[in-house]
Amino acid sequence: MEPFLWLLFSAGGVLSALLIPALLFLFGVAFPLGWVPPPDHAHLSALLGHPIARVVLLGLCVLALFHWAHRFRYTLSHGLRLKHFERVISLFCYGGALAGSAVAGYLLLSAW
Amino acid sequence: MVDHIILRVTRYRPESEAEPTAREYEIPLRKEWSVLDGLNHIKDHLDGTLSYRWSCRMGVCGSCGVTVDGEPKLACATFLEGYAPGPVRVEPLSNFPVVRDLVVDIGDFMRKLPRVRPWLVRPEGEPQAEGEYLQLPAERAEYEQFSMCINCMLCYAACPVYGLDQEFIGPAAAALAQRYNLDSRDRGASARMDVLSAAEGIWACTFVGECSAVCPKGVDPAGAIQRYKLTAAMEALKSLLLPRGAR
Amino acid sequence: MREKADHTELRPGPYRPRVSIFWWVRRRSYLLFVLRELSGVFVAWSVVFLLLVVGAVVRGPETYRRFLDVSATAGVLLVNAIALCFILLHAVTWLFMLSPRAVAVRLRGRRLPPAAIGAGNLVAWMLASALVVFLVLG
Repeated sequence: MEPFLWLLFSAGGVLSALLIPALLFLFGVAFPLGWVPPPDHAHLSALLGHPIARVVLLGLCVLALFHWAHRFRYTLSHGLRLKHFERVISLFCYGGALAGSAVAGYLLLSAW
Repeated sequence: MVDHIILRVTRYRPESEAEPTAREYEIPLRKEWSVLDGLNHIKDHLDGTLSYRWSCRMGVCGSCGVTVDGEPKLACATFLEGYAPGPVRVEPLSNFPVVRDLVVDIGDFMRKLPRVRPWLVRPEGEPQAEGEYLQLPAERAEYEQFSMCINCMLCYAACPVYGLDQEFIGPAAAALAQRYNLDSRDRGASARMDVLSAAEGIWACTFVGECSAVCPKGVDPAGAIQRYKLTAAMEALKSLLLPRGAR
Repeated sequence: MREKADHTELRPGPYRPRVSIFWWVRRRSYLLFVLRELSGVFVAWSVVFLLLVVGAVVRGPETYRRFLDVSATAGVLLVNAIALCFILLHAVTWLFMLSPRAVAVRLRGRRLPPAAIGAGNLVAWMLASALVVFLVLG
């Protein structure tokens, strides 16, 4: 199991490092602060209407969630010295990633 | 008039105390002296009961690992001038049980090392008459960096994962396994995989990177471990996706 | 009858100091490591936030506009500003410190130095960011 979890973690790390800074900068900081005028609804809707955009976004969300899960599992286990609760921690982390992936899948695949 | 510097050395005598204490010694500060020279001066002139390990005094034997001002260092390769005016804390190597004064029990590492088979593994029954193994310079360059390990265990002292979980196989053992995995003369990669791929093998490493930062020989065990993660992950993928015949 | 023999008492085992739960505060490199790992939490937050954006767009122009207003409130803005700092920490450490040392890339037989991989990552990062900005802003 570990090698596959690590592969998901690594892929998620690369994708989130490449894509999230720009996305979060725009939607989290630049648009709210008015530094850059936000795109109108029609444009974003058209963008999200593109199947490739939805697939890429879904891939980003799923992999980024598993990146968090793997990293957080070790942070809790090592950082807080909770190694005895390894099972519960893993369940919480990877389970959470799965749940988040399901939500992302629903939002991005079934809403059109 | 010779300068002086104070060394604050950890003393631990299990037969008479339950916990280590620190004892200060004032020693001459000579220009070219290392911490090891300071310890030798203490033992020769100030306090003969001080216990510590050392041998080559030139950074190749790996015996004299200690903690100097909180950092894992080779005592023979750490120069007092850089710590003037002091005082300088000299403590035993972290993450190992302390036997006495600055001497630590390295048994855990000694038990882990053979488990990764740090020798050339060849198929059984190769006749010697076939001659020596040939190796190109480029093939040697593949593993040369990892062969520089002197087993000084500064990396174990620096590794927080090992500090939290003594089951972790640790940087040096992993680097030494890689030294042989990457050696073109070796046939033992699959034999080592079980040990390295176990839960307390390389997967427990979270790439803190401190091991490589403190290594006095530039081995980069962190790099060795991460590279092996990729190798092991690819192997796992292959065995999952490819039918037996294609592997 | 022998007197009590003059002997050394049985020694207790070697001394093992306890590892404090605050082991990571003691050294700067450990503190940076833990901060780096905590950036993972903000990666997860970013996913949640992005899905909220998608959800708002899906529900129509009115919801989208309200979402933009909510994201401009002080609380949300503060969280995202902090998140952005940690996301940048993640990107910088991942692309320039971690992955260059974690892979052995060979070009014409010689191994590429980590700096070269880092430079390649920087180019990829700039291209990806430019693409995102271009697509989102239209």
